[in-house]
Amino acid sequence: MQIAYYPGCTLKNKATNFEEATHLALNQFGVKLDELEHWNCCGTVFSFTTDNVIYHLAPIRNLIRSREKGAIKLLTLCSMCFNTLKRAHRLFLEEDDKREKINNIMDHEKVKYDGKTEVVHLLEVLKHDIGFDTIKSKCKQRLKGMKFAAYYGCMLVRPEGVGIDDMEEPRIFEDLIDLTGAETVNFPHKTECCGSYQTVTWPDVVADRTHTIISSAHSLDADAVIVSCPLCAFNLDQRQKNTVEKYTHFEPVPVLYISELLCLALGINLKTQWKDLHYVPLDKLERKLR
Amino acid sequence: MQVKIKEFQSSLTRKIDEISGTNVMKCYQCGKCSAGCPVVDHMDLLPNQIIRMAQIGKIDELSNSNTPWVCAACLTCTVRCPRGIKIAEVMEAIREITLRPRNGVRHLEVNPQEAAHLPPIALISAYRKVAN
Repeated sequence: MQIAYYPGCTLKNKATNFEEATHLALNQFGVKLDELEHWNCCGTVFSFTTDNVIYHLAPIRNLIRSREKGAIKLLTLCSMCFNTLKRAHRLFLEEDDKREKINNIMDHEKVKYDGKTEVVHLLEVLKHDIGFDTIKSKCKQRLKGMKFAAYYGCMLVRPEGVGIDDMEEPRIFEDLIDLTGAETVNFPHKTECCGSYQTVTWPDVVADRTHTIISSAHSLDADAVIVSCPLCAFNLDQRQKNTVEKYTHFEPVPVLYISELLCLALGINLKTQWKDLHYVPLDKLERKLR
Repeated sequence: MQVKIKEFQSSLTRKIDEISGTNVMKCYQCGKCSAGCPVVDHMDLLPNQIIRMAQIGKIDELSNSNTPWVCAACLTCTVRCPRGIKIAEVMEAIREITLRPRNGVRHLEVNPQEAAHLPPIALISAYRKVAN
């Protein structure tokens, strides 16, 4: 099975481990990522302003590219890309005056967006297209006895109707990790923001968020926090450096992408080039594998 | 603080409502937005206080507050508001009202050594949200 794939900016440089691990994991289920031949940055965030459609052009343009390919489903790995693309798609369908304006501005595009692309996130594909039973049957039980904290962040679950699960008590991520044989902790901060783009101008804000989120995971004896967004990964992993400088008793916890965890569950070892992109070392976690 | 009757539901209030697509007059100050905000510790005015300022048209307090700029647009406030007010969207409207007249030039302080290590997603979203 092939699925049209939109990587987004960061998957090609700072988060190549996320993309490569996904390729390998999905391969085990006969799913091939079919990357769009041409794509542009989705804009990373959905613009909340009602009076300026210019910010919606970038995501809509990617949706046009997906339709040029004949795809009606577009997979994203990054939660922010997922949210931006899906919200832009819904705006296009629901708001007639904005759709007309967007079409007029993009009149140089040979084809108008017809609104037919379903934007899906990796977790949805794993659950609905591959199936959790299929995934469970291929897991090698290497993660038995390990504990993980599933971290959704914001953009996977909000706002209502766009999110992939319940906004306050989502379960899809935990259900997936459970079938690898590992245990998931009851993580109170799982849908709390990591600080997002404030990492650029106010790393101190993110250091505090990371302190709260990671300390909680540590107190629950989690071996790692599992994420699905390169910005969450940066804030929760790389920014632990800022956190430990500010909070001297802070205990680090490694952060893994869901695809890296899946690889481990399927018996595929983490590649050196993936581990190089992590700040908190993964060797303690690897020693716990069966 | 002195408030003039004419400042209530002023043109500023209407502008914020229009850009954000919400109605700030519905707020009855329950505080759920502030309670759920993950970055509230770094704000000088609480989210519910910002909504109050928006209701009574206090442009100076809104312009001088760091709150709309600390906001991470996580939407926790918006999805929890019992009156369905789009608080995160109001924060964006206040940012826009501040940025638009100055041609959207707002100095973003990025440490040049750090910039190379930041993921593109962080840089782009920061520029999108706090610059125009």
